[in-house]
Amino acid sequence: MTKFSPGRIFIYSILVLFCAIYLMPLLVMLLTSFKSLPDIRGGNLLSLPEVWVFDAWFKAWGTACTGVTCEGVKGYFWNSFKMAVPAVFISTLIGALNGYVIAHWRFKGSNLFFALMLFGCFIPFQVILLPMAATLGKFGLANTTTGLVFVHVVYGLVFTTLFFRNFYVSVPGELVKAAKLDGAGFFTIFFKIMLPISKPIIMVCIIWQFTQIWNDFLFGVVYSGSDSQPITVALNNLVNTSTGVKEYNVDMAAAIIAALPTLFVYVVAGKYFVRGLTAGSVKG
Amino acid sequence: MFNTLQKWLPKIILSPSIFLVTVCIYGYVAWTGYLSLTHSRFLPNFKWAGLLQYNKLMENDRWVTSCINLLIFGVLFIIISIILGTLLAILLDQNIRQEGAIRTIYLYPMALSFIVTGTAWKWILNPGLGLEKMMHDWGWTSFEFNWLVSNDMSVYTLVIAAVWQSSGFVMAMFLAGLRGIDSSIVKAAQIDGASMPTIYWKIILPCLRPVFFSAVIITSHIAIKSFDLVTALTSGGPGYSSDLPALFMYTHAFTRGQMGLGAASAMMMLAGVLAILVPYLYSELRNREQ
Amino acid sequence: MRKFATLASTLALTSAINLAYAGEVEVLHWWTSGGEAKSVGVLKEMLEAQGHSWKDFAVAGGGGESAMTVLKTRAISGNPPAAAQIKGHDIQEWADLGFLSNLNDVAKAEKWDEVVPAVVTNVMKFNGDYVAVPVNVHRVNWLWANPAVFEKAGAKIPTTMDEFFVSAEKLKAAGIIPLAHGGQAWQDATVFEAIALDILGSEDYNKAFVMHDDAVLSGDKMVEVFTVFKKMRNYIDSDSPGRDWNIATSMVINGQAGMQIMGDWAKGEFIAAGKVPGKDFVCLPAPGTDGQFTFNIDSFAMFELSNADNVTAQKSLAKTILTPEFQEVFNLNKGSIPVRTDMDMSKFDSCALDSMATFKASNTSGDLVPSMAHGLATTGYVQGAIYDVVTNFFNDPDGDPKETVTKLARVVKAAK
Repeated sequence: MTKFSPGRIFIYSILVLFCAIYLMPLLVMLLTSFKSLPDIRGGNLLSLPEVWVFDAWFKAWGTACTGVTCEGVKGYFWNSFKMAVPAVFISTLIGALNGYVIAHWRFKGSNLFFALMLFGCFIPFQVILLPMAATLGKFGLANTTTGLVFVHVVYGLVFTTLFFRNFYVSVPGELVKAAKLDGAGFFTIFFKIMLPISKPIIMVCIIWQFTQIWNDFLFGVVYSGSDSQPITVALNNLVNTSTGVKEYNVDMAAAIIAALPTLFVYVVAGKYFVRGLTAGSVKG
Repeated sequence: MFNTLQKWLPKIILSPSIFLVTVCIYGYVAWTGYLSLTHSRFLPNFKWAGLLQYNKLMENDRWVTSCINLLIFGVLFIIISIILGTLLAILLDQNIRQEGAIRTIYLYPMALSFIVTGTAWKWILNPGLGLEKMMHDWGWTSFEFNWLVSNDMSVYTLVIAAVWQSSGFVMAMFLAGLRGIDSSIVKAAQIDGASMPTIYWKIILPCLRPVFFSAVIITSHIAIKSFDLVTALTSGGPGYSSDLPALFMYTHAFTRGQMGLGAASAMMMLAGVLAILVPYLYSELRNREQ
Repeated sequence: MRKFATLASTLALTSAINLAYAGEVEVLHWWTSGGEAKSVGVLKEMLEAQGHSWKDFAVAGGGGESAMTVLKTRAISGNPPAAAQIKGHDIQEWADLGFLSNLNDVAKAEKWDEVVPAVVTNVMKFNGDYVAVPVNVHRVNWLWANPAVFEKAGAKIPTTMDEFFVSAEKLKAAGIIPLAHGGQAWQDATVFEAIALDILGSEDYNKAFVMHDDAVLSGDKMVEVFTVFKKMRNYIDSDSPGRDWNIATSMVINGQAGMQIMGDWAKGEFIAAGKVPGKDFVCLPAPGTDGQFTFNIDSFAMFELSNADNVTAQKSLAKTILTPEFQEVFNLNKGSIPVRTDMDMSKFDSCALDSMATFKASNTSGDLVPSMAHGLATTGYVQGAIYDVVTNFFNDPDGDPKETVTKLARVVKAAK
């Protein structure tokens, strides 16, 4: 490996330049959250706080108003977990089974189903708000966490199936055929052969689904109950003040708090992301 | 008995999903399609209106603007994301130290929704607060960056923010693709004396065709659904110069009590997707089968 | 033993009363910011003091746009909240669809017809029946000015449109942004309707925005409205698009800008910044609209419920909203005036007193007009159509008033 030839320096500087660009919005948010209000009005976006103040973080977590109650975003944090964890788990599981069937147990129409599903990705979610509400109402699931999880599972299914299908297609069909000849059944093959090699793609699904569901506002605001609103709704209520002094430092702190779990997942599990995508990418 | 079960099992496993997709995607789309042919206003009603809503839509200046915007935004966003993503992936594939950290930095915007970063973006792009002011503070007083408040340019600010959010993801896909390529092909080419750019252009990128395919699908679905982005950054303004179809549809269906018109615009969006994507999907999948 | 029996029966009786009263109301609203949230908090406490419980469903954003989306989906799923913050024309739409509950008995017992002016109650009634409760009255056509800035520039705080442009020119020459403005559709419309009220006059204003009279909408006066509107654009800084109204207000507060045309909720910003009305800032009618009053009323509509206890709680809520105690606390916080005209106004400041006096006077003179920009004058669809024309014209440097007026008449007709 050549060390610090002009070419390498060029590559590094481009990479670092883009790092700076990508980090800028987050940096602006972080710096702002530590400034006092006069400091925010006076300085520019990237100037360091004159005095580092942590009040905004405590306020965002514990005392900022999100409605009649002023208890910050902490309660909503758990609401989001209660919804996201089951939804991610269920949609990943179903996606794995679906992907397995579509990749290795093809039957007449399974490819058509896959194409229909793919097209389903493109439907703007605003379209389905009302009919879904009517459906949930019929089953008594309107404004319950169960209902919300159901909605996330249905529309997450499309993506998880897509991911798993692309991954399992790259598993040689001969392997499955041999197992079948040995008398292994549908589930035996799934649990003994498929699942053990699926870790990277499971990680991809979890990262993708968790991010989508955690960040979702539209479904959360419409289908949640008044005591199970997810954190994005709380954040929206906190930031969208219509009157009163705008406390940007609190807004920013709340936004970062709301984003912490997804950031954490990306930082910790990010390496699996590329690995998981690698497996299915070139063979498609 | 066992064998019959085994035979049916795949279909049984898939059937709930088939059912859900049929009802919750296609059923609802059909419902929306029906609504678009009615006089629905504040809430759905079923008074038949024929193609009235579609006629209204075609005469609506704002709808035309939002469609043109989607075209500009979508094309630029997809092309820039893919070029930038490929470039960063190739650079990052050169045995870079701290690759993990850099990759995470490129990837993290995907973890954040615009509900979270919207305000920060608004500030950065606002001439009185963000980049322009910063450059002025640092002595570059002739620097001008007022796209956010300009009628003609506001749609391009959407491209900037959207590229920021998604290009890291595209990068990850291409990086994954590069890692999946058999290194012996590259070595062989090197022995034959081919230069690195030639190897990339002639050998590696063609291998990545499936990745291009996935990247186009993923970025175009993001482009068409872009809603949080535009509400957070411009709310369609100044005027309605940066409106996008998803916002148009939502505004009319929910805020303005023009549900029929909103449904019609949704159907037009889907028709657009069909017209552009289905031929692409078809040709790609066909090539692959062969 | 007997004692015990009495005690037991008393206990049973009280708990029975409690049971009969202990209903729950779920309230959908979009008041989430400091002052507003506290005011709604007062309502919650008053309701809880009566033994009921309050389930809060707050959804902020876009002046209630998100909240309305939620309301529609909840109504479709058959699970609407007990009360929802709905205003203006939308009340009629909901009532027409049969979702709202009749409040006539509460209204009769509390004599709403006597203490609340007919202009307000008309908005709350559907086919003569009460279906909603008014919370407050906002005056929209206010001009907020920073006198120190005007003094520095040697300009007079304007009361007519001509004076406005003379003063604006002076402020501009002194390096001050004359008019603080946020370029969002509803704010554009707020300024637009203030100009329209001056130039058209109350009668034609109603003809245009309530009755959608084609002749007025496409008339010469309307061309003039748009011409003045465009002229005003020159006195706004170029960074205004997308700016929130309260940021614009703070520009007036810190002397960066001279004035702002905005409803009386702007007062809260000045007060929160520690400014004194009449001294640090002044409120006066938007140029040329002295004696005229554009009203914007916040209200809660009550939805049809099946649970009898909850209905009781819902009626208590309706009653409480119109009590003088709540009206006072809430409106002091919000900057608006009470809907009851029989109240002691001694705790209110000069702007609110002024507003109340004009409200009462204009009620008889015919100068009390509904705000188009805030959904009181017309349906959501017509309002939206007007918004598009107005905001597009305002932001388009090449916008031609004559063409725009024809377009206005056309889109209003199409949306009607």
